[in-house]
Amino acid sequence: MKIVLTTVSPNLETDVDPRFGRAANLLVIETDTLEWKAESNPGASSSGGAGILAAQIVADQHVQAAISGDFGPHAFEALQAAGISMYIYGDCQNAFQAIERFKAGQLQQVGGPTRGECDSGHHGQSP
Amino acid sequence: MIITIASGKGGTGKTTIAASLALSLAEEQSSPPLFLDCDVEAPNAHLFLHPKLDERQDVGLLIPSVNETKCTYCGKCAEVCQYHAIAVLGQKTLVFPQLCHGCGSCTALCPEKAIKEIPDRMGVIERGPAMVGISFAHGVLDVGEPMAVPVIRQLIKWIVAQPGQVVIRDAPPGTSCTVVESMRGSDFLLLVTEPTPFGLHDLRLAAQVGRKMGIPAGVIINRENGFYPALDEFCTDHHLPVLLRIPFERVIAEGVAQGKTLVEIHPEYADRFLRMFTQIASLL
Repeated sequence: MKIVLTTVSPNLETDVDPRFGRAANLLVIETDTLEWKAESNPGASSSGGAGILAAQIVADQHVQAAISGDFGPHAFEALQAAGISMYIYGDCQNAFQAIERFKAGQLQQVGGPTRGECDSGHHGQSP
Repeated sequence: MIITIASGKGGTGKTTIAASLALSLAEEQSSPPLFLDCDVEAPNAHLFLHPKLDERQDVGLLIPSVNETKCTYCGKCAEVCQYHAIAVLGQKTLVFPQLCHGCGSCTALCPEKAIKEIPDRMGVIERGPAMVGISFAHGVLDVGEPMAVPVIRQLIKWIVAQPGQVVIRDAPPGTSCTVVESMRGSDFLLLVTEPTPFGLHDLRLAAQVGRKMGIPAGVIINRENGFYPALDEFCTDHHLPVLLRIPFERVIAEGVAQGKTLVEIHPEYADRFLRMFTQIASLL
């Protein structure tokens, strides 16, 4: 299955990035082979609408699932429209661990926008 | 003449001073001033000027609405949107109204003509006569709406001042887009500050905005309770005349807390405001 994971650096040993819209890297992974490629995230430096921008990149990669630490309301709506299921990585420390837990069905699926640890109350708003 | 009262720091006394200036001019001039409360996120001037708000109008932006049967998901709309307010996700085109700035680019550039514009309400503007014949208007942004500028813009456009009528705009605090919009087109800025490091810090920012916009400005020092040389030095160095000093007095604080303006608490202030107005006119 093709999934996307938000990470700090473009590799499998890296830390997971807790933010979806403003994640440093969008790691597109084939879970069976662990083949991966990194998509840079234009949302990381966007003044607003970061979640939507990142969701658009992810949707263009035709992935089936997205794993991150937090999905804001706009990111949630956009990913849901694209038919991508969302999962929270929880206490996973690195990308590899998050993929393993996802394959084992141990990650929590998200049914609505989240208010994760990185929440600042500014989801999706531009000044 | 359009005079905008701004401050940078919140709570320095913008509304107290704007309302007091309006009342002083209304008593004196043949045509009472037009008062615009531009702080649409937290309007409060009506508490001092007691308008009878008998006219109101919904305000907002025109936002895109996509006809799914015509849309081919080509993505042109998402590509041109600077605010990511429209996105194409697989076989769906989504609009995010709160991010839309209403520029119309998506509608104009859609090759299938699948987008039409529909009004999206963001708030309301209200107007009516206030104390001593003042023409009063304010805007109220709806709860949960993140963008105040369109409401301010439509408030300012709503009423055209009579020839010779003074316009007083009470700006929001800060130095962001809402303040720029309130200052735009003004002839003079009255920057209200207090003699504290915080007051000076934000006065510096507000004065910079005014200078960038090319609007002459003067300073009112409110709640003056001693000597704070840094503030006067700043005003001297930046050629900002100090037009009025209001002392820190318990009786003023008590009066304002009861919804009274300075000229109702201390009637002799009316003359001081009128002298200040004459001084401003001579500076232009």
